Amino acid sequence: MFRIALLCLLAATGLFAQKFGVGKAASPDEIAALDIAVSPDGKGLPPGQGTAAEGAKVYETQCRECHGPEGKGGDETGFIGTPADLKGDKPKKTVGSYWPYATTLWDYINRAMPFVRPGTLTDDQVYSVTAYILHLNGIVGENDTLNAETLPKVEMPNRNGFVPDPRPDVK
Amino acid sequence: MKDASSRRGFLALTTSLGAALASCGGGDGGAPAEAPSRLGKPVSSYGERSRFSAERRFIAPTKTPEQAASLTPLQDSEGVITPSALHFERHHSGIPDLDPSVHELLLHGLVERPLRFSMDALKRMPSVSVIRFVECSGNSRSEWSKPAPTAQMSSGMASCSEWTGVPLRTVLDEAGLKPEAKWLICEGADACRMARSLPIEKALDDCLLVYGQNGEALRPEQGYPLRLLVPGWEGNINVKWLRVLKATAGPSETRDETSKYTDLMPDGSSRQFTFAMEAKSVITTPSGGQALPGPGFLEIRGLAWSGRGLIEKVEVSVDGGSTWEVAQLQEPRFPKAFTRFRLPWSWSGAETTIQSRATDETGYIQPTVQELVAVRGTESSYHNNGVKAWKVLADGSVTNV
Repeated sequence: MFRIALLCLLAATGLFAQKFGVGKAASPDEIAALDIAVSPDGKGLPPGQGTAAEGAKVYETQCRECHGPEGKGGDETGFIGTPADLKGDKPKKTVGSYWPYATTLWDYINRAMPFVRPGTLTDDQVYSVTAYILHLNGIVGENDTLNAETLPKVEMPNRNGFVPDPRPDVK
Repeated sequence: MKDASSRRGFLALTTSLGAALASCGGGDGGAPAEAPSRLGKPVSSYGERSRFSAERRFIAPTKTPEQAASLTPLQDSEGVITPSALHFERHHSGIPDLDPSVHELLLHGLVERPLRFSMDALKRMPSVSVIRFVECSGNSRSEWSKPAPTAQMSSGMASCSEWTGVPLRTVLDEAGLKPEAKWLICEGADACRMARSLPIEKALDDCLLVYGQNGEALRPEQGYPLRLLVPGWEGNINVKWLRVLKATAGPSETRDETSKYTDLMPDGSSRQFTFAMEAKSVITTPSGGQALPGPGFLEIRGLAWSGRGLIEKVEVSVDGGSTWEVAQLQEPRFPKAFTRFRLPWSWSGAETTIQSRATDETGYIQPTVQELVAVRGTESSYHNNGVKAWKVLADGSVTNV
């Protein structure tokens, strides 16, 4: 009886099927505490929401210092543009001209911004700043609500601009 | 006796060459002669290099020191191992200060058994050591338009170490990948939690969970206490300070695999998931910024590497590309590792251009920058593996071409 109980315990903790058995079972809470990965289909996006109108206010206090007013200035590439900016001698890679997925913008702001205090924005603030930057590019309306459902549906202008690696391409 | 005198002659020659080749020797003439009557320094618990040894990383100017890079002084390198203290750096939000007694690796997502591994637990598992290069795909970015003046500036975002760790496959097997798991999202514990998506085929092939570098623990700037090694693939996917692995059906399309580390083509399209670093080489002696002491013998030395396997051949031209000679390769060679090449040369004293080109085991021959530009234009930023040439002027100084 005890042996069966032990086996059940081992199976439940995940140790049973490990060859070396040195890993510990990760609980749902332990995973949730670290799992911030987001997919283009929206998997991983948390509850919460925001609009560009709200994002403009967050931007003033959290982003403007480095990125300039309305995303113009500060950063060397900036946020605003269209895929037409990618051709010619001095192509400009911006959120509007280059980024293929809106979820990437949410994920990057969530992970890495503001630069000197990453990870301090609330989920609502991340949604709203994402909406603001997309709005500056004319991709979403000022009062469009972005959340886990609507954000993955945003179509980025350069969505189809990427091709697989054809190398070796020079012989 | 004859041996001893020729050895002395050789030493004298190399010493003068070394002094002459040094681009920034202190040269105050105050170096004390050997003084056998005076006691030297005592033993120490952690060694320091000689005060006369001045090789150092070049810190590329950026707006912030945390989002920055430093470059390996390849022109001063010996053999194929980069000293850990000189391994190039690229950080996106600074170097975290991680305590290995609390640091854990979480493996979850499309696995049968989500697992946590302490550093002690990981180190209990079967480990291997391999010699592999790591190269930032932005290495040689300057060469698209304005060639850099030294080997460090042109090619120094590549380094080579002996790495020790647990095969990633071993840990994935412990958790049991589900059949629909096709990608692994790999995330660091740096402030920006930098993340990249790794195809599962590569994860199951030759990737390592690394805790050791060149005989000791990883340096903090190389990911202490745990980093991912993805042999032969662009540096950015070798995620440092590794904390989370999540098995997924598709890539996460993170910022660093979409807006960065993608290659813009002249037609406005961009190549994505351009992982492999193709065959490349650079002459390190003599190279830009150095000076030849005068006409006569000098061994040409350099480094070659390929993200697709072994270096099979390195050819060197000392006449501006008219003729090429096959250089000697230092054995043993390792796949996806620096390979040292050497060629004896007697410099006539006339101005000339020297360059090297590598061939790897797939038969791929390192192209010229012009050949790359003809296909990719000048705005693709990343993955520049073009031939690097140095001009030797009549006065012995060496510059970029």
